[in-house]
Amino acid sequence: MSNSSKITGATILLENVTKSYGSKKPAVNQLTLEIPAGQTVMFVGPSGCGKTTTLKMINRLIEPTSGRIVINGEDVTKMNGDDLRRRIGYVIQAGGLLPHLTVGANVGLVPKMLKWDKERIRQRTDELLDLVSLDPEIYRDRYPKQLSGGQQQRVGVARALAADPPVLLMDEPFGAVDPITRQRLQEELIHVQAELHKTIVFVTHDFDEAVKLGDWIVIFNEGGKIEQYGTPEQILAHPANEFVEDFIGSGAGLKQLGLARVRDVRMRQLPTVDLGEDAAAAANRLTEAHAIRGVVLDQHDRPVGWISRRHLEKMSTVVLPDEKGVPTVGESSTLDDALDTMLVAGSSEAAVTGARGRYRGVITVNTVIRAIEGLSHEAVEEVSVPVGHNTGAIPVATTAENGVITYEMAEDDQQKEDEWLTSANREWSETDRQKWENYSSLDPAEDVVGEDPNLKGSGSERA
Amino acid sequence: MGSYLSDRWEQILSASWQHFSLVAQCLILATVIAIAIAAFCYQNKTLSGIANSVSAVGLTIPSFALIGLMIAPLGFGVAPAVTVVTFYCLLPILRNALVGLSGVDRSLVEAARGIGMSRVATFFRVELPLAWPVILAGMRVSAQMTMGVAAVSAYVLGPGLGSFIFSGLSRLGGANSFESVVTGVVAVVVIALILDGLLVLLGRLTTSRGIRV
Repeated sequence: MSNSSKITGATILLENVTKSYGSKKPAVNQLTLEIPAGQTVMFVGPSGCGKTTTLKMINRLIEPTSGRIVINGEDVTKMNGDDLRRRIGYVIQAGGLLPHLTVGANVGLVPKMLKWDKERIRQRTDELLDLVSLDPEIYRDRYPKQLSGGQQQRVGVARALAADPPVLLMDEPFGAVDPITRQRLQEELIHVQAELHKTIVFVTHDFDEAVKLGDWIVIFNEGGKIEQYGTPEQILAHPANEFVEDFIGSGAGLKQLGLARVRDVRMRQLPTVDLGEDAAAAANRLTEAHAIRGVVLDQHDRPVGWISRRHLEKMSTVVLPDEKGVPTVGESSTLDDALDTMLVAGSSEAAVTGARGRYRGVITVNTVIRAIEGLSHEAVEEVSVPVGHNTGAIPVATTAENGVITYEMAEDDQQKEDEWLTSANREWSETDRQKWENYSSLDPAEDVVGEDPNLKGSGSERA
Repeated sequence: MGSYLSDRWEQILSASWQHFSLVAQCLILATVIAIAIAAFCYQNKTLSGIANSVSAVGLTIPSFALIGLMIAPLGFGVAPAVTVVTFYCLLPILRNALVGLSGVDRSLVEAARGIGMSRVATFFRVELPLAWPVILAGMRVSAQMTMGVAAVSAYVLGPGLGSFIFSGLSRLGGANSFESVVTGVVAVVVIALILDGLLVLLGRLTTSRGIRV
């Protein structure tokens, strides 16, 4: 967010957009929505709420019945739809790869339509396959059916990015892959976005995915009605109304674990023991550290098991005491994933690994529980939420120095805005804002109850 | 039989070539027409239904009767032969083209549109290549079937091997009449097999490895 100079994305504004089919109730009704440049905005909501329709109206796969679509200040409602779509990346479930074309040809489709020369297309294709962690030498000439679901999905993302579009539309892209692959793809998307700063609009029915990937979340109800537009933190901490609460489901606190990463919490440091080293020396190190157990690392510094002092005393050189292995989580995983890994392994701790699987530390269930306490007390930053409502009022564009366009409700629209506040956001403004104010006035010393004493506790463990 | 063949070798070869060329050219013409009709119909249930029924009914018309009826408007010779052979070629291909095109995954079509392919480009670069193996199967059926129909075209003095069969049959019991019929039939079977082999080869060359089963 702070690197606005690096933003390559474009601001999108849907202006009072309606889509109706025949005489039935409109699928999307009078929707005005700003999507800020360079940010990931998640559309979530129950099926049939109009979130996919809204997405497809941005690239005009579905033509809006009325209203305007403005991308970076340019009205695109009347331009040639094919030209528009070549400027917008589009990813669908299972990648939507053309089965009769090779992976390379699939990725090169849009550049080819834009009449790039062959050499440039080839270079760009290889570059993109690299970006999504597929070796071009191996995968360029394969056909989609020779790839796994996760790999196909990655090629789908690479294809969407081929002509370097400022906007990427993703329609439930990770819906059809298994949970483990989905987790990996989500993490890769986070990395890709950290590098590219595109404007991403992402439709999902999975609220957890929205929390994990989104800078902003729009919660839709039937007819494309926006129930709440805010950051994941805001929505989890202050759901606007009952619908949003129901949609988040139980365990909002637990879901906030999806917001915190393993690298953000304090890890424990256990003494490390190398495979094959002298057992007595290792046992001494454990004694010095007052630790009962240590982590066994292989020659690449990857954690492979736990070992206790008692075990070490029975050995001459360090070998693995059992083949159980050790649950590991990446340091950029969410606490949610970390907890899941530990529960699945039936262990109260897991080793944390960094780049190339190198050992970084140990995370325990206690650390996670402390983090939950911390999170529910953590203050939610005041941020100005982008425009999003269904009242028909149209915001005014302002262009910042770096060329990023933002929208605001005009001053003379104050009355309409008030109306809007009293209708859509009533509950948030009356009850929650009250709570929120009470809460922010809390004494900060009381506020950190969950943190300090416990950290001291773990400090003594580490000592 | 041996002397019969060696005496008329050149005549047999040229008739076989004419027969082959008649069927092959009509096959190409029929494929183009069938794809055009299918492209027009496949997105509309009613039109597809009509096209399917027409091709089903069309196949039940006896070819001998149809070719006879063609004499009045088109006279004798190549014109009625080409018309009738193309007509019979058209039906199985049309049917398969409809099945093939409507069997293309709609989400793929939408993905292609979503990345900016025009409607026409989507048809020629996505839908047609994906439906192609099915269309080709229809072409093989047509090729086999119209080998026989092309023989009947000798009735209107059309080109091909039909003349051997008809002249043999009309004077059955006479000198060389049996040899004449057998020569015609065997030659038709042989060129049918050759054409089928060529179509299989065409399939290998024009079907992407990505969709080969």
